[in-house]
Amino acid sequence: MTFLKSISDIHLDILKEVGNIGAGHAATALSTLLNKKIDMKVPSVRVVSFDEVMDLAGGPDNVVASVFLRIEGDAPGSMFFILPLPQAEKYIGQLTKNQSFSFAEEQDNELALSALQELGNILSGSYLSSLSDFTKLSLYPSVPALSIDMVGAVISFGLLELSQVSDYAIVIDTALDEEEAQLPDSVNGHFFLLPDPDSFHIIFSALGVRIDA
Amino acid sequence: MHKTAEIIKVGIADMNIVMVPDLIRTTGLGSCVGVVLYDQVREIAGMAHIMLPDSSLSRAEPLNKAKFANTAIKELLNALVKTGARPAGIKAKIAGGAQMFQFAGSNDMMRIGTRNVEAVLQELKELRIPVIAQDVGGNSGRTIEFNPKTGLMQIKTVNKGNSEI
Repeated sequence: MTFLKSISDIHLDILKEVGNIGAGHAATALSTLLNKKIDMKVPSVRVVSFDEVMDLAGGPDNVVASVFLRIEGDAPGSMFFILPLPQAEKYIGQLTKNQSFSFAEEQDNELALSALQELGNILSGSYLSSLSDFTKLSLYPSVPALSIDMVGAVISFGLLELSQVSDYAIVIDTALDEEEAQLPDSVNGHFFLLPDPDSFHIIFSALGVRIDA
Repeated sequence: MHKTAEIIKVGIADMNIVMVPDLIRTTGLGSCVGVVLYDQVREIAGMAHIMLPDSSLSRAEPLNKAKFANTAIKELLNALVKTGARPAGIKAKIAGGAQMFQFAGSNDMMRIGTRNVEAVLQELKELRIPVIAQDVGGNSGRTIEFNPKTGLMQIKTVNKGNSEI
């Protein structure tokens, strides 16, 4: 974990602010889109093992809806917008005016999946563009891809770049919460930002902080 | 004096060994490949959750051998033999190597599942370990569980239900 040795608390605080600004804009976008009040938790930045990354999203065999995109440009990385299935069903219902939508019965409903993909597209796009404004870095999102599957299978794909230099990841995690949501479990929507290893010093230096090697 | 069967877990980029009556399991294989080596006569099995095809991709020290196809399988084989498996009786079953996301991009990482499977099969061939069964590719995540008593691997997927190889 050599690249992690030079990361201090100050650096982690900066990454927290990065998550704060990005996810704040995404939460506003979600709120506008659904015309609902959306709460955002204070982002957390953690240095965790790959297995712990899975646990942050409910464990490796927890089935979730996830929108994944690659960040290209000055500071490449991976980004996930992850929703528990009941919450994803609810959002699809609101966006497509089909309140009874369920993944179990309509797993091939193209309109529903497309609506969810577009939701992920809008949210991660607003996350990234605010990050780009803030850091003055060019960051381009790839077309997002949607998957309804196990957390482990989905997130391990975003860990591939990091896995070449380390067994640990720095995860910038922000949870979103619909204020009046009465969902049985407390797992909410999550944004995971996983910068590629070489992107950390680019982000820090864009914000005027050096990493002493 | 019956021992209750336990399920030994294998994390991502991790490996472990199990003996009857215990079972061994890894959860949420996507592009990763789960490799099981087993000696059914001695009722021993080992499992590795492999993330990347080749350790030359690594820029990390020390090397986590369980992460790469070319290092994990040798390491697992050695550990099995040390635990009492007969080298000539060892067979393999593998699962995983899916492509979870469809991207148009040309990035080599996008087809990592296929590359992982190719690297695993190549390594098994070099070590002369017969591959008895495989369930690879596709675009679904898999959870696998192996029973060293029966030599069977149970595979669970979200969209396609359960199967056994």
